[in-house]
Amino acid sequence: MTAALADTAVLAVRNLKRIPRQPDLLVAFTIQPVMFVLLFVYVFGGAIRTPGYDYVDFLMPGIITQSISFGGFVTALGLVDDLNKGLIDRFRSLPMARSAVLAGRTLSDIVTNALSLVVLTTVGLLVGFNFNASVPEIAAGFLLLLLFGYAFSWVFAFVGLTASSPETANSLGFLAIFPLTFASSAFVPVESMPSWLEAFANVNPFTVTVDAVRALWLGAPAGDSVWGAFAWAIGIAAVFATLAITRYRRVSSR
Amino acid sequence: MDEPAIFTEGLEKSYGSVRALCGVDLAAQRGSVLGLLGPNGAGKTTAVRILTTLLTPDAGRARVAGLDVVDDAAALRSRIGLAGQYAAVDENLTGFENLDMVGRLYHLGRDESRRRANDLLERFELTDAGGRPVKTYSGGMRRRLDLGAALVAEPAVLFLDEPTTGLDPRSRLGLWETIEDRVHEGTTVLLTTQYLDEADRLADRIAVIDHGVVIAEGTSDDLKDRVGGERLEVHLEEGASQDAAIEALAPLSEERPFCEAGTIRVPLRRRSGAIAAAVRALDDAGVGVEDIGVRRPTLDDVFIALTGRAAEGEGEAEEVAA
Repeated sequence: MTAALADTAVLAVRNLKRIPRQPDLLVAFTIQPVMFVLLFVYVFGGAIRTPGYDYVDFLMPGIITQSISFGGFVTALGLVDDLNKGLIDRFRSLPMARSAVLAGRTLSDIVTNALSLVVLTTVGLLVGFNFNASVPEIAAGFLLLLLFGYAFSWVFAFVGLTASSPETANSLGFLAIFPLTFASSAFVPVESMPSWLEAFANVNPFTVTVDAVRALWLGAPAGDSVWGAFAWAIGIAAVFATLAITRYRRVSSR
Repeated sequence: MDEPAIFTEGLEKSYGSVRALCGVDLAAQRGSVLGLLGPNGAGKTTAVRILTTLLTPDAGRARVAGLDVVDDAAALRSRIGLAGQYAAVDENLTGFENLDMVGRLYHLGRDESRRRANDLLERFELTDAGGRPVKTYSGGMRRRLDLGAALVAEPAVLFLDEPTTGLDPRSRLGLWETIEDRVHEGTTVLLTTQYLDEADRLADRIAVIDHGVVIAEGTSDDLKDRVGGERLEVHLEEGASQDAAIEALAPLSEERPFCEAGTIRVPLRRRSGAIAAAVRALDDAGVGVEDIGVRRPTLDDVFIALTGRAAEGEGEAEEVAA
C-alpha cells in the first residue's frame, strides 16, 4: 500500500515536471481561460441579463467550472502519448504498483487544477468579481471544484485510453464536454433558453455544479444543488474510474 | 546443472484467430545470449512480452531467472530489464530524470536511484546530455538511454526487442559493444532481431522463429552450416562462357559453383583471399568479368535454406498482435 502511494507520487511528480517544458500545455491552463474570462466579461457581459447579479459575479463560477473540467485533458494526452511511445509497457515490466499509472495521472491533475484555480480567481478579482460568503463556504466551493475536476480527470483518462492519437483525444474531449458546459447555467441563466434546452440544462451536472458554486460563493439560494453537485462529482468519478481501469487493463495487456 | 536463466516449454498465444505462438520451446543458459531471429510477425515480440510478464500465455509455461512468468510475475519484475522496439523514454524529462524515475519505480530508494542514474549516464556517454530533455536527443542517444533504463536495477536477465532497428551503423556498433559488456559481467540476454549479422555477432545460440514456431535452433556456426555461409557472386561480361567460368572457379570451393539468374555463385568456406583467387582463375581461363563480390547470407537466405521460401514480413499482423 505504501509502495503503491510512493509509485503514484513518483509518477505524479514526473507528470508535473513535463508541464513547464510543454509551453502549449501551460498556455492551455492559464492564458486560455483568462482569455475566456476577458471575452465574456467585456464582450457578452453587457448583453446578457443576469437578474440579481453583476455579470462578472454570475460568470466566474461558470467559467471556473468549465475550465476545471478541462484540466483532466492533460491526463488524456499523457496517456495517449505513454501508450504510443511504449512507456506503459516499460511501467508494466517494472515491479511497481499497477494502479500507479492512472492514479499518478489524476493526482497530478489536482495540482494543475489548483494552479489554474489560483490564476482564474486572481483574474476574476481583478475584473471585479466579489465573494459574498464566509471563508468556510468559499473553501467548500474550491473543494467542490477540485473534486469536480478530479471526476473529469477520470473521464479524460477513459478518453485517452480509448483514443488512438492525441488529435482523436482532443476532438473526443472537446465534442463531449464543450456543448455540455454551454447548455448549462455556466454563462447565461437557463430561463433564457428554449424550454426543451432549459429542461436539459436543469439536469445537466454542469448546471448543478455551477449553481452550487454560486450558492457557496455568492450566497445564492442553494436548494439541493450543493449536495447534488458533490453527488454528481463522486458519481462521475466512480463510473469513469471503473471504465478507465477496465480499459487500461485491456489496452495494456495486448 | 543450473536451471537455465530463460526456459519456455510449449508456449502458445493467440490474438483472436491469429496464432502468434504455436508451441515455442526456448532455453538460454545463465550468462549467455539467446538470439531470436525472424521476420516481422514471426512472434518474436509476443515471446518477449510473455517473458517480461506483459502478456499471459494461453498454454505452456515459461520460467525466467528461476521464477514462473505467471505465478511469480511480481517477484520476477525486479529481476528483469526490458528495452523495447521503440525507445520507451519520456521525451519531456531529462536523461537523468528518466533513469532516476525508473530507479524509484524499481524501489531502489532516492539516493541509490540517483547514484545509478549518474553511473549509467557516464557509462553510456550521456553525462553531458544528462540534464537536457530527451526530445533534444538523437535516435542513437535515445536508444542508449532506453538500454540504460533497462539496466537500472542491474537485472539478471535482459530482454532486448530489436534493439538496433532504425539505428545508423555507428550507433548500432556502439550498442552492440554495450550489450557485449553486460554479457561479460554475467547478464543473460534474450535479443530479438531481423538481422542475421546481429544475431551472429551477439548470440551464443540462435533460435529461428517463423509463424510462431521455432524452425531451427543452434549456434551461429550450426546455422551457417545449414545456410551455406558466404558466397562469391560473379557477374560475367556479355558473351563470356558460363561453363568455362564454373570450371575455373570449381577449385575455390568444396561445393560446385552454380549459375542462377545469370550470376555465378560459389559457396565459400573462407572469405579471405577468395576474390583475388577468383579473379586470377577467371583471368587465366580468359573469362571476362563485369563485377565480383562476396555476399553474406541474410535472413532471407536462412529462410530459403530452412523452409524453401523467403521470409514473409507480416508487419501488419505484428502491429495488431503487439
